[in-house]
Amino acid sequence: MSEHDDDHHHPAPLSPVEVRALALEDLLKEKGLIQEGFIDAVVRAYEKDIGPMNGARVVARAWVDPAYKARLLANGTAAIAELGFGGPEGEHLVVAEDTASVHNVVVCTLCSCYPWPVLGLPPNWYKSAPYRARMVGEPRVLLREMGLDLPESVEIRVWDSSAEIRYMVLPERPAGTEGKSEAELAALVTRDAMIGTARV
Amino acid sequence: MNGVHDLGGMDGFGPVDVEANEPVFHEPWERRVFGLVSAVSAQRLSNTHTFRHAIERMDPAHYLTSSYYEHWLTALTTLLVEKGVATRSELEARAGGRVPVSQPVRPGPVVLSAVSAAAPRFTLGSTVVVRNAHPLGHTRCPRYVRGKRGIVTRVDGLFPLPDVAAHAGDRCDQYAYNVRFAAQELWGNTADSDAAVYVDLWESYLEAP
Repeated sequence: MSEHDDDHHHPAPLSPVEVRALALEDLLKEKGLIQEGFIDAVVRAYEKDIGPMNGARVVARAWVDPAYKARLLANGTAAIAELGFGGPEGEHLVVAEDTASVHNVVVCTLCSCYPWPVLGLPPNWYKSAPYRARMVGEPRVLLREMGLDLPESVEIRVWDSSAEIRYMVLPERPAGTEGKSEAELAALVTRDAMIGTARV
Repeated sequence: MNGVHDLGGMDGFGPVDVEANEPVFHEPWERRVFGLVSAVSAQRLSNTHTFRHAIERMDPAHYLTSSYYEHWLTALTTLLVEKGVATRSELEARAGGRVPVSQPVRPGPVVLSAVSAAAPRFTLGSTVVVRNAHPLGHTRCPRYVRGKRGIVTRVDGLFPLPDVAAHAGDRCDQYAYNVRFAAQELWGNTADSDAAVYVDLWESYLEAP
């Protein structure tokens, strides 16, 4: 039985939005606008292969390889493509580097722009009204509420992804990690640190 | 349009609710809607610009009270109805109830600067002021930067102007820039003195001071 049939035979009553989604999908299938299998193939990529583990590899490489880091900051798209990552919502990538005195954070006030090839699909909070409304107006306050208490001396740069560029933050490498391998370093890197609501 | 989607700087939404270990999709219908939008985009029945504008045209109360993928579903439904691929009544017959669609497009004149694709008008370090324009159609110039002064920090090259691409279906390529706005320029002198917002803006949105 296909997954689609499972949706139709869901044991819980369908919500109105679920009914609308199924109605639209059935109609598009009838009209021959959707190929069977296309949706599952697209969706599976974002469930399995495309996520923050990709961005974490980029960060770890930049931490261990100064030449790579220089290329990453000069041309994010090209340097990220070196590791095999690219595609929708990643055609023009810019990487913003955190330092001891500068902290970067990414938002999209108009919708939900996000660097899919390196971070996957955005979490709900990134797309939520409070995050989009407040990060540009009161970043220090909002970051503190979200658990990141930055000293007043740290400059905050907020990147509003309002056009075609997608942003990723390069967090600072934590102290005491000199002996770690690139793979061990990648395991330390979180999605939120690459958005900028946390540090590593 | 000065729509509900243009949220930058609004107050009153409360804290950001972070879900631990959030799944990529919360419900099976969300993953289907994500796939449907990808499929319809691949058929060129919508593009990024028309799709975004269809979300922006949602009833504001519905926008604020519905989930992200419900925005996607509503926008997709709207575009397919507007293009005549489906009718609202056939969708409502299948769904057994009301199927909301967004408000109609209100096209207005797009104010284009004297644009030359040959060379960017502004360069790194240029001081620019964001035009105080309020188009009725699609734009990617957020309200909170209009009338504000900033400094160009990058010249990103030519990209289709969304204000045209969302409506005419053809392209008007213009230079896009990254512009740095000091927080106090945007929010007044009680704002953080050591914060800045970097916004990507097309040439038509900008003028020389």
